[in-house]
Amino acid sequence: MTGSIPSENKQQVDNSLKTSSNNKKMTLPARLFTKQSQALIYNYKEAAVQRMLDFDNVSQRDTPSVAGLIHPGSDGGFYKAFFGFKELVIPVYNTVSEACKQNPNADVFLNFASHRSAYQSSLAALKEPSIRTVVIIAEGVPENEARALLSMAKKNGKVIIGPATVGGIQAGCFKIGNTAGTIDNILACKLYRSGSVGFVSKSGGLSNEMYNVLSRCTDGIYEGIAIGGDSFPGSTLTDHVLRYEKLPEVKMIVVLGELGGWDEYGIVDALKRGEITKPICCWVSGTVAKIFPTEVQFGHAGAKSGGETESAEAKNGALKKAGAVVPTSFEDFANVIAETYAKLEASGLVKPIEEPTPPELPLDFKTAVKAGKVRKPTSIISTICDDRGDELTYNGVPISEVCKEEYVLGDVIGLLWFKRKLPSYASRFIEMCLKLVADHGPCVSGAHNTIVAARAGKDLVSSLVSGLLTIGPRFGGAIDDSARVFKDAIDRNLTPEQLVEGMKSKGKRIPGIGHLIKSADDIDKRVVILKQYAKTHFSSSKYLEYALEVEKYTLQKANNLILNVDGCIGVLFLDLLHSCDLFTKEEIKEIIDVGYLNGFFVVGRSIGLIGHALDQKRMRQPLYRHPYDDVLYASD
Amino acid sequence: MARKKLREYSTKYILRNNFPIYCNGDKLNLKMIQVSPTSPSLQDLAKVQDNQWLSTTKLVVKPDMLFGKRGKNGLVLLNASLEEADNFIKEKMNQPVEMGGKKGLVTHFIVEPFMPHDVEFYLSITAERDSNRIAFSNCGGIEIEENWDKVGTLDVPYGDSIDSINLHTLVDSSIPSREYVIDFIKNVYKLFSELSFHFVEMNPFTLTSQGKPYPLDARGEVDECASFKCASKWMVNGEDVEFPQPFGRGLYPEETYVNEIDEKTGASLKLTLLNPSGRIWAMVAGGGASVIYADTVADMGYGHELGNYGEYSGDPNEDDTYKYACTIISLATRNPDSRPRALLVGGGIANFTDVAVTFKGIIRAIKEYKDDIIKANISIFVRRGGPNYQSGLSSMRDIGHKLHIPIKVYGPDVNMTSIVAMAISHINGETPSTEQHSHSNTAHTNHSNGVHINGNGILNH
Repeated sequence: MTGSIPSENKQQVDNSLKTSSNNKKMTLPARLFTKQSQALIYNYKEAAVQRMLDFDNVSQRDTPSVAGLIHPGSDGGFYKAFFGFKELVIPVYNTVSEACKQNPNADVFLNFASHRSAYQSSLAALKEPSIRTVVIIAEGVPENEARALLSMAKKNGKVIIGPATVGGIQAGCFKIGNTAGTIDNILACKLYRSGSVGFVSKSGGLSNEMYNVLSRCTDGIYEGIAIGGDSFPGSTLTDHVLRYEKLPEVKMIVVLGELGGWDEYGIVDALKRGEITKPICCWVSGTVAKIFPTEVQFGHAGAKSGGETESAEAKNGALKKAGAVVPTSFEDFANVIAETYAKLEASGLVKPIEEPTPPELPLDFKTAVKAGKVRKPTSIISTICDDRGDELTYNGVPISEVCKEEYVLGDVIGLLWFKRKLPSYASRFIEMCLKLVADHGPCVSGAHNTIVAARAGKDLVSSLVSGLLTIGPRFGGAIDDSARVFKDAIDRNLTPEQLVEGMKSKGKRIPGIGHLIKSADDIDKRVVILKQYAKTHFSSSKYLEYALEVEKYTLQKANNLILNVDGCIGVLFLDLLHSCDLFTKEEIKEIIDVGYLNGFFVVGRSIGLIGHALDQKRMRQPLYRHPYDDVLYASD
Repeated sequence: MARKKLREYSTKYILRNNFPIYCNGDKLNLKMIQVSPTSPSLQDLAKVQDNQWLSTTKLVVKPDMLFGKRGKNGLVLLNASLEEADNFIKEKMNQPVEMGGKKGLVTHFIVEPFMPHDVEFYLSITAERDSNRIAFSNCGGIEIEENWDKVGTLDVPYGDSIDSINLHTLVDSSIPSREYVIDFIKNVYKLFSELSFHFVEMNPFTLTSQGKPYPLDARGEVDECASFKCASKWMVNGEDVEFPQPFGRGLYPEETYVNEIDEKTGASLKLTLLNPSGRIWAMVAGGGASVIYADTVADMGYGHELGNYGEYSGDPNEDDTYKYACTIISLATRNPDSRPRALLVGGGIANFTDVAVTFKGIIRAIKEYKDDIIKANISIFVRRGGPNYQSGLSSMRDIGHKLHIPIKVYGPDVNMTSIVAMAISHINGETPSTEQHSHSNTAHTNHSNGVHINGNGILNH
């Protein structure tokens, strides 16, 4: 009650049924590609596009073989690539149908979609009347999806190459995607011009190897197809062998099969029926399977050691018996191919080729750089960070270090603005400044602008920027200026009185002095906190003390001419820079001249402004309109 | 890897679970319990509310290890009480058996109600390229091989609905409960299609006292590539379905490790350990080329020395290639015995795999295992072409020179498999004949004269 059929017996039965059903099989059109063939590429890969165009160039095609690219979810537009020396713009489409509509001459659909989505996009292509051939690159497409596509292709009279393939190539005419690798290899194997051999195999990698072998022992390939390693390929070895039989330019056929499956028996049957008249050399790899102790899954999904009829020996034997030229091993394959070709040559069936000289292809810039053949000045210099290695660094400090607990945000500002690791008290001071300036209520001009913009329905960034753009000499942007003025005054040994009166005589206000709301009676708590921190942690507070002297003087003039928060941050930074022993006089001058310090207000206040924008959006506040009664219309 | 075999328990569980969903609400009343080394004992399982049938019915116990012919080999316990079944399992658990020349431990059992029956039908469905083939016979059971000529088959074109197919010729009028059987086959067919099975077999299924079809044995294979669509339907007892290894094929930890890397990457990395004390090891790029390298070693009569089968392809990144290479080199360098060994770093001419990048990973591994490589007397033979192969080969050559490890490096101008003969000569302690005219640059020659000779001129391109 628990028996199950040993696979061998069953497969023999299957095989006899299978081969008889081959008669009913629809045959593929003999000619898939010409020198005018063009492809539409789905989910295009940049390297593959360029390699196709480079092939076109050395093959002296008049038109590029890539007609258009399909990038689902894109807004269209154009993609740039090289066609020889010139740059080519290739249209990009959002959908398969749009691409086909705009390019009725493109009859090859090259699908780079993943195994999850290859089905949908291939199905769309098979429905398009202008598409004749669909190539599916993805490995791991479910068998049922592959079979559904195959049945659709048959109904619509189309050809599928793949899945799990690199594609194929018709020498000197048309190349699918990455087939045959780099341009060096194409030149070395003379794939830019037609030979006389029709080649088909499962494996893409081995195809390329065989193009190399065939270029050495024959006049090269006319066409080569890799059908892909899956169990149910869209087109089979047999399909392509029968195509080669019909193509007059193909004088001999070379097949590299693999253990697993029955595809090679289709060739055996075709030979037996006399449907193959051209010389055909075949080798089925996987003879090693017999020495394996248990069933082994090889690299290709369709290559599984198991039943006897699916073995390499059985298939090689059957092919040989049916009249194919079969070597004794892969090593011997090149020899029997060479012998077979020599016979064709001797009988005059193949004529010597007049070798064309392929046009020189310009070296790609990247390749040339790699090879050390060119140099080029850079356009941009950057000194604060490096994202090229394994790990992002800020001024040389790896991000994993920066993310450790002892690093505060002030340290990050130290690395990226001041380009050094600041002492802990300095980093904490920076962070305190950020906290202090993060927000100052909804009524200040920056926050107000952000609120108005947010209520006008602008996005977060626009609302934030609307507030940030108010930062300037009168709002939050006085830190640098106050540092400049106080530094200059001390550098020039001005007394507070000289400074104040000097500025007054020029009609200028002293930046960092004065506040709209706060006064000597209503002291700004933020300034108190800053002063307290500096007194505790800074080794010198010379600039602060000077500024406080100035404040004493200005307070005599008006009660609100206090040292404000901008001014206090400005002078305390002067103290910090001068007393921490990390900066030279020149560096401090540069920091003040370039204007680092307003950055603290910009960064800090962004936090508050974002808060305001989000707040308004959260509350679905409508468009703000300023009330009439709040405006004095003074025109008459 | 596309097709995965399921245990009988998993097959039945998945069919039973999905039956009401895809078969017009019909139910498949199967009762079964799995006992494994990690599960409670059968006696303990019988205490669970839903499993009370274990105590009230007579039982059948079978090992569930992906091998057949269990009845013929006396591994099936029929018509047993709970206690007998429990004893049977305890006695056989983790014991070695030999099936079809393959030895292994029995670890999983399936326990079901004993079902006295008269008829035994055979049913299988197999995915073919253009159709699904239904095979049916009223002569099911352990004699099916002898009765194979009585099995009728019907090909259902892929995509056609089974409801539109007439099964009356396949299931002729001599069959009892004919309409029930036809309905059953159609239902199994629907499950087969919807659940991405590649193969389902019931040998046999029988009829209950009400004349309803009831599978006594079942085995199934699913298409693992469909797991992104079907994984939730394949769940067994709330967990992802298990894909066990073929019987007698326990996985080495290294194989499991490579499987794990493989699953995480879009590229492909495969390793099968063949002979841990082999002296020829292969690290070959490409699903097709890797088979040919193994073939060539066997063709030359050294299959018994082949340590592994494996391949890497699909442009793996440097790090994955490094881990893969470390695994193979660590296997190849174990238990040094001073006799020479060889590592084939082979491959065809890549279409798009960056040879320089993958070789960087391999070189990192060689550096890490430098001492082991020398201790194990390994020579490394490299042959490869493809994008950036020149720089890949030249780095490989440099590392041999630097570390004093014998590495021979060849490009696309020599035959792909030519390094196999060199490796065989090396393990036989011979000086390969090719060496005399190929200006081979082992570390020694380079080191002694300080001149960097290119093996065959390819690096000067």
